[in-house]
Amino acid sequence: MYDNPDGVMIGLEVHVQLNKLKTKVFCGCATDYHNDPPNSHVCPVCLGLPGSLPVINKKAVEAAIKIGLALNCKVEEHTQFYRKNYYYPDLPKGFQITQYDFPISSGGYVMIEGEDGELRVGITRAHMEEDPGRLVHEGTIDKSKYTLIDYNRSGMALIEIVSDPDMRSPKEARRYLDKLRNIIEYLDVFDGNLEGAMRVDANISIMGGQRAEIKNISSHKGAERALLYEIVRQKNVLRRGGVVVQETRHFDEAREITLSMRTKEEAHDYRYFPEPDLVPLKISGWAPAIKETLPELPDARRMRFVEQYGIMDDHAKALTSELKLAIFYEDVAKKAEPKIAAVWICDVLKGELNYRDLNIDSFKKEHMLSVLELLAGKKITEDGAVEIIRTLLDKGGSPEEIIREKGLVIVEGDIVETSALEAIRENQQAVADYRAGKEKALNSLVGAVMKKTKGGADARTVREVLVGKLG
Amino acid sequence: MITSKDLEHIGWLARLELSEKDKEEYAPKLNPVLDYFSELDEVDTEGVEPAYHVLQLSNVFREDEVNTKCSLDQEEALSNAPNKQDGFFKAPRMM
Repeated sequence: MYDNPDGVMIGLEVHVQLNKLKTKVFCGCATDYHNDPPNSHVCPVCLGLPGSLPVINKKAVEAAIKIGLALNCKVEEHTQFYRKNYYYPDLPKGFQITQYDFPISSGGYVMIEGEDGELRVGITRAHMEEDPGRLVHEGTIDKSKYTLIDYNRSGMALIEIVSDPDMRSPKEARRYLDKLRNIIEYLDVFDGNLEGAMRVDANISIMGGQRAEIKNISSHKGAERALLYEIVRQKNVLRRGGVVVQETRHFDEAREITLSMRTKEEAHDYRYFPEPDLVPLKISGWAPAIKETLPELPDARRMRFVEQYGIMDDHAKALTSELKLAIFYEDVAKKAEPKIAAVWICDVLKGELNYRDLNIDSFKKEHMLSVLELLAGKKITEDGAVEIIRTLLDKGGSPEEIIREKGLVIVEGDIVETSALEAIRENQQAVADYRAGKEKALNSLVGAVMKKTKGGADARTVREVLVGKLG
Repeated sequence: MITSKDLEHIGWLARLELSEKDKEEYAPKLNPVLDYFSELDEVDTEGVEPAYHVLQLSNVFREDEVNTKCSLDQEEALSNAPNKQDGFFKAPRMM
């Protein structure tokens, strides 16, 4: 049991951008603005020019339903949009089109790995809204004089996923975010690698006190850091006999601190009212039809991997944590021994990729297959295989070329025998030590053989041959 | 009753700076508007389904197809802006 010593309660609001759609949510502007100049993917609708009218993108509604279903939510039959009024430069219209009463889906849950086993995190609601523009501050937010605004992002379809305050530590918050991203990536509605694809606001309180809302968190790691900072800050306030006030705080990623953004508007006064320019959606019948098309989700795939391929649950979990990795594994496992493939992909390849900050796209399936084949045929050693994987990632080429260039072909039989005899003859001291009971002396003999075979022999075999000859 | 404090708050939400004179002038003008709307409270709505929207329409959709007919290029987009910089709109910092 996790006893949550500081009484931490964390709820998250996650904004997921449906960036795999071709167009924005209420206009026909293209969504591929990420490498383009500011304000180059805009039209009267997403700039909020007078007289323009929004029309909803049907695919965006379907994607919202997919997400709702994948988060075990109830999808409503009647849903509609509201205006949330506030003045801020990122909103050209002076309001944001969002949902309020009648959100498209609500009342779901996500299972995560908690501090003490499986934890069910409730999903309050997952609703649709439009993305505001992107603000660029010169210098830090509390010091800059001006705000520069790029409306390319304005009007991108967003799903806001609001969780219940069920997380009890920053680590659980991070795991929830990882899980959410994982699930939504499986649905093929967003690319989590694009800038601004997933943005987080975090609500956190301790010891039953008031909560602080932290904005401007741009990564899962950032969320964990901001929350860790916030726990320390709130504890310090209490220790000095103060009271934690309910407020909005801004996370300064560079300094890893949160700053108060207290304004007169702190008591939110958004004056929601139904959006007159968009008619309600009556979508009974959509959810059951879309449910049929949902892909296998991470937890189901993880269980299937264990059953179908007989691999360890830890491996299945790691392999299904990213959709691309799961597909990579499954393609490889069809043509190689699945258990061995799981070990090499999870324990070796994944580690080497992480070390280089690369993802699975940087490694070819064919290369993994030939490495596994060479290992199975005892053509290379395990060390040789690792060397090949590293070289492929650092310099490219093909496994065959690398084997040739680096002389990684396994040295077998006679050569190992001869080298072992030579090593014994040349290292009489080590031989004597070994025979006198110093097990460690064997290592220097193994080393000598490896040197003679230029690392091409399998160390375990060499050890066995030596023990045989000395025994 | 709309007080001068309410007016200040409404002014802040609309980012309008109201002088004392403005407040004196607006409060008596806004109160009758509110009274007028309160007449709606007198209508008997027993057993009437709430209206979700003024139009009796639903499900008006657009296909997910790029439409560049209405697009504006950067220069056009910024043409009404009093302040701009490097292709961005430029606004005073707000917190």
